[in-house]
Amino acid sequence: MPNLIQVTINGQAVTVPGGITVAAAVLLSGKSGIHRSPSGALRGPVCGMGVCFECRVTVNGRAHVRSCLTTCEAGMEISADE
Amino acid sequence: MASGFDIVIVGAGIVGAACAAELAREGMRVAVVDRDIIGGGATAAGMGHIVVMDDSEAQFALTRYSRRLWRDLHSGLPPQAEYETPGTIWVAADESEMQEVRRKHEYYASRGVAAEILDSKMLAEAEPNLRPGLAGGLLVPDDAVVYPPVVARFLLERERGVSVIAGSAVRAITNDGVALEDGTRISAAKIVNAAGDASPNLTAGVRVAPRKGHLVITDRYPGFVRHQLVELGYLKSAHTHSAESVAFNVQPRRTGQILIGSSRQYGVTNADVDPAIVSAMLSRALQYMPGIGTLSAIRCWTGFRASTPDKLPLIGPAPGTDHVYLATGHEGLGITTSLATAKLLASQITGREPEIAVTPYLPARVMDGEKHA
Repeated sequence: MPNLIQVTINGQAVTVPGGITVAAAVLLSGKSGIHRSPSGALRGPVCGMGVCFECRVTVNGRAHVRSCLTTCEAGMEISADE
Repeated sequence: MASGFDIVIVGAGIVGAACAAELAREGMRVAVVDRDIIGGGATAAGMGHIVVMDDSEAQFALTRYSRRLWRDLHSGLPPQAEYETPGTIWVAADESEMQEVRRKHEYYASRGVAAEILDSKMLAEAEPNLRPGLAGGLLVPDDAVVYPPVVARFLLERERGVSVIAGSAVRAITNDGVALEDGTRISAAKIVNAAGDASPNLTAGVRVAPRKGHLVITDRYPGFVRHQLVELGYLKSAHTHSAESVAFNVQPRRTGQILIGSSRQYGVTNADVDPAIVSAMLSRALQYMPGIGTLSAIRCWTGFRASTPDKLPLIGPAPGTDHVYLATGHEGLGITTSLATAKLLASQITGREPEIAVTPYLPARVMDGEKHA
């Protein structure tokens, strides 16, 4: 069994395996997308390697964090677009 | 040979575009030629700050007049022009700069330009992300912000009678028009050189030098900055002739993005981003606004201001000719002063009385006509 940790996604506590990325955690929580473009289109992690910037979320109050490059930590507060 | 034009304007930047619109409104048939695209030079590289400045009486008269013209124009602009009126705050770091705030306030107030002195607490409330402990500032609420390339296109398309020839470099201004690099000739009785930092290549004796600038733009952080913020030390940076300088100068865009400037360099002609300059510029910004360090920058670029020896533009006949006019040398104020430039140029071409005196901007003040006839 992997080590499980708890994070908060849009105010809801979610338990995820330790060591996964924030992008993976947001998708595991059942959302189909992560980030909305300026025109409102729902976007998700396209490249998974920090290049496309389509997976940006707010982490602990800091906006525009690339979720695919950020590892979940216990207690992390994640805010993703829906 | 293309013909049938009364005027050919070299340069489709904001200045050339404004002149084209104004002259077309007077009933003239105008051709505008640009080596690149509409509004692709300094017009696209700058911040688009519409600001009243008081470095000299002549600069004040031109910027105040032009800001009023922008206010008249703005309701007709397309939304993509992103015209906003956040106002400018001139930020004073210490008591000596507060003295400058008071002087500037008195100067503006006595000449009918709204301005409000902010003490340290009022400044912190107006801009919570500035570092604590700054002395205060001067809020100039009617200063504005715009996205200039869209306005350049708007002005060129607004009036009937303007033809744009983009992607064609002018090789020479001739006695009866211009000659393009590809051999095409465009004939017109009068020619306006509005080619910005390239204007000396086409009219001998034009004392315009490129002054390189860098800008950084961030991702979207709505509300992080609320006004255009400029350190009062900017005046020292902008108005000295030293080889290079940086100043804290940030601007909120309608998108929530933040433009971070500014730098000034003489004697550099390559357009590469210089990491040392960007670093100095951002360090300066961090001194005023430490939180900038947590934001993501998404692009950085450079541009060349067309600077003159006395910090005023060249608007009027090129000395020694009777058919070539100059509308260049606007340095860092070309967006602000483009509309007034067009009015002053049109008044000279049509013989109509201008709304403000043209004398301080006539090219003859810094050019020797006989040598260049």
